[in-house]
Amino acid sequence: MSANNESGGSSYAEPANTVFLQGIKDGMPIAIGYAPVAITFGVLAGNTGLKAFEALLMSMLVFAGAAQYMALSMIAAGSGVLAVISATFVVNLRHLLMSTAMNERIDKGTRSKRSLAAFLLTDEVFAVSSAKKSPVPLTELIGTGLAAYSSWIGFTLAGYYTGGVIPVFLQESLGIALYALFIALIVPSIQSGGRLVFFLAALGGLFHAAYAQWMDTGWAVMLAAISAVAVMELIEGGIKWRHRS
Amino acid sequence: MASSFITAPIFWLILGMGAVTFIPRVLPFIVLKTEGWPAWAKRMLSRVPYAVLGALIFPGILYIQEDIRFGILGGTAAVLMAWKGAPLIAVIGGAIAAVALLGWMV
Repeated sequence: MSANNESGGSSYAEPANTVFLQGIKDGMPIAIGYAPVAITFGVLAGNTGLKAFEALLMSMLVFAGAAQYMALSMIAAGSGVLAVISATFVVNLRHLLMSTAMNERIDKGTRSKRSLAAFLLTDEVFAVSSAKKSPVPLTELIGTGLAAYSSWIGFTLAGYYTGGVIPVFLQESLGIALYALFIALIVPSIQSGGRLVFFLAALGGLFHAAYAQWMDTGWAVMLAAISAVAVMELIEGGIKWRHRS
Repeated sequence: MASSFITAPIFWLILGMGAVTFIPRVLPFIVLKTEGWPAWAKRMLSRVPYAVLGALIFPGILYIQEDIRFGILGGTAAVLMAWKGAPLIAVIGGAIAAVALLGWMV
């Protein structure tokens, strides 16, 4: 989908470690974008009263920013274990759609390799890997995921122990990083894919803005994407039907 | 020490969070078979990434700071640079610089 991102190629043509390194390279923008988010999580985890290894364990086992922030505020508010777990499920259910879409575009592989790749599939890893030429080698997907994962757990600890290493003004500016990454991924696709891609993205954003008014953001993202592709399908169907009659 | 750790509620909370996060991520990768799906369903799936990207950008970008001008400026800078074909890292760096500059000015 992106013109400047096709050096990954097929797993048949290149040795596994080249593909893995390409994946890591693709994951570097995510690693940079995660730094401020993970640092803030580490700081908040400390403020919420979590021990360092608890904050680290959460970043290692959950690896989902929005849910981890939400868990901290629920813990601070005295919520029960089951309440936090069910809220996490709701927030992260959106990955079901991303994983279903990604499943169409990945190379075959063993069940354990697929499971590892799936474990690492955050919004950002999905976005970056979706910009790669299909089929995406699992090794490459894992490389991208591990780059993101290393940053996430490393900066969680950095945040916890330093109470925020980044000056406030820079921390605030870094909040744009992941959005800039998403924009840098969609723009070349609009340039090569034309109006269709633009309308899909615009519909996704507008539906999200509407749904976010009355539902949790995890659901809103998933339902917005489903609504956008469904509306596009209906519009195309309508155009075809009119041409036929 | 170790036993008090594994019986602590926080441990089960983290383990549970990890499990309910992993399940939706992994299920399609290991059980879903879409070979027999109709063409329209596959076409819709292939379009999901664009719609997801749109939903991930908007409206969240407006709320990176209390003042929505920061998100608008950073987003505009990113679009312009990406449109000119700047590499990913440059787009990210440029958007950060634009937002930092606005923060310094106001």
